[in-house]
Amino acid sequence: MQYHTPATFEDAAKIAFDAQGITRFLAGGTDVLVQLRSDLVEPDTLIDVKKIEGTNNITKNADGSWTLGVAVSGAEMSEHPELGNDWPGLVEAMDLIGSTQVQGRATLTGNLCNGSPAADSVPVMFATGATVSVTGPDGTREVAVEDIPAGPGKTNLAKGELVSAIHIPPRGQGGGDAYLRFIPRTEMDIAVVGCGVNLRVDGDTITEARIALGAVAPTVVLVPDAAAAIVGTKLDDAALDALAAAASAACNPIDDKRGTVEFRTHVAGVLAKRAAKIAYDRAKG
Amino acid sequence: MSKIHVTTTINDDEVEFLCDPRESLLDVLRDRLSLTGAKEGCGTGDCGACTVTVDGRLVCACLMLGAEAEGKSIGTVEGIATDEELHPLQQKFIEYAALQCGICTPGILVAAKNLLERNPDPTETEVRYWLAGNLCRCTGYDKIIRAVMDTAAEMREAS
Repeated sequence: MQYHTPATFEDAAKIAFDAQGITRFLAGGTDVLVQLRSDLVEPDTLIDVKKIEGTNNITKNADGSWTLGVAVSGAEMSEHPELGNDWPGLVEAMDLIGSTQVQGRATLTGNLCNGSPAADSVPVMFATGATVSVTGPDGTREVAVEDIPAGPGKTNLAKGELVSAIHIPPRGQGGGDAYLRFIPRTEMDIAVVGCGVNLRVDGDTITEARIALGAVAPTVVLVPDAAAAIVGTKLDDAALDALAAAASAACNPIDDKRGTVEFRTHVAGVLAKRAAKIAYDRAKG
Repeated sequence: MSKIHVTTTINDDEVEFLCDPRESLLDVLRDRLSLTGAKEGCGTGDCGACTVTVDGRLVCACLMLGAEAEGKSIGTVEGIATDEELHPLQQKFIEYAALQCGICTPGILVAAKNLLERNPDPTETEVRYWLAGNLCRCTGYDKIIRAVMDTAAEMREAS
């Protein structure tokens, strides 16, 4: 295995493009190293991106949007004085992942690019409308976050491409987000169902919404029908029931000992209702 | 396969070593530097027995490559006591018998010390959450939590 520490994303992309065999990018390493140590994936080329300038930065831009470096850890997100005020659901979702030790290393970008359908930070990232910069041999382009996952353990990134930054839109007035998941234990487990909600209100009425589900399909999925069920409403009981029905209808889950198809499908609706209520309360301030 | 030359700081001492790119920081600490305080329990970041600090932040040494230590400052359990004098946490762990087999103890001491540096007055809930990544199969945790709470109280009085 060759270990590289490029100084720029362009160099990282070139190393990856020219590499033979299996290539992995290393940020926090909480997935890559586990796969390496358990002999699931032994990369021929390992590209550590943490020496690239800016990868540890959390930046609030002039328009109120946020740019997160690819090596920003969950702990750094939780400790940031302002990020959690704008996007509490995003920060809480990331904070659900693993122990204090894992939080010291694990990253949003890694959670996205590991490609797990159960990744806790990804549904709420979808819901925020986040985009990522993707740097490759032909330069850098901006891609919607929901276009990255392709299936369990797979992304749509081509050979030589890597995520080089995450962009979260401006929070703006009357916005709120939330993430809830179901796990069989009380803490530190993999989601059986996860739901991220982001919405905006004008007075008591929801004017826009984005809702995504985790662990109920081969990838995290954005559910426009669920969002449509609550836009224009005051999140009354009829809207909540329509939301739950739309969320459950979007499920195509696996059936295993951690959760049957019926269970996951039902719980997706329950969590969508609960997460929407939290986001709604946050939006109303 | 050529080895990687790494210069780092461990417990305030500058250290150089050569390592294979596959080697974890835990492998390097134990097998190359004879710092055997950090233990390998699971090797997958679940048990916390290999907990060290990297630039003041808790990390499982099994989930970090030795090569990533370049330019970092690493803290291990070996750096907790000063000369012959145990750290208050170490003394309290003995007093409370907060260990039996001892495999988890180095990681728990490093994690608890890091907590008390950040928060000298944690609640029991905060201690339990902070140490949730450190598994102990002997004590049932109660003695550990009480030892940490009592250490925190004593260190607050002393300061």
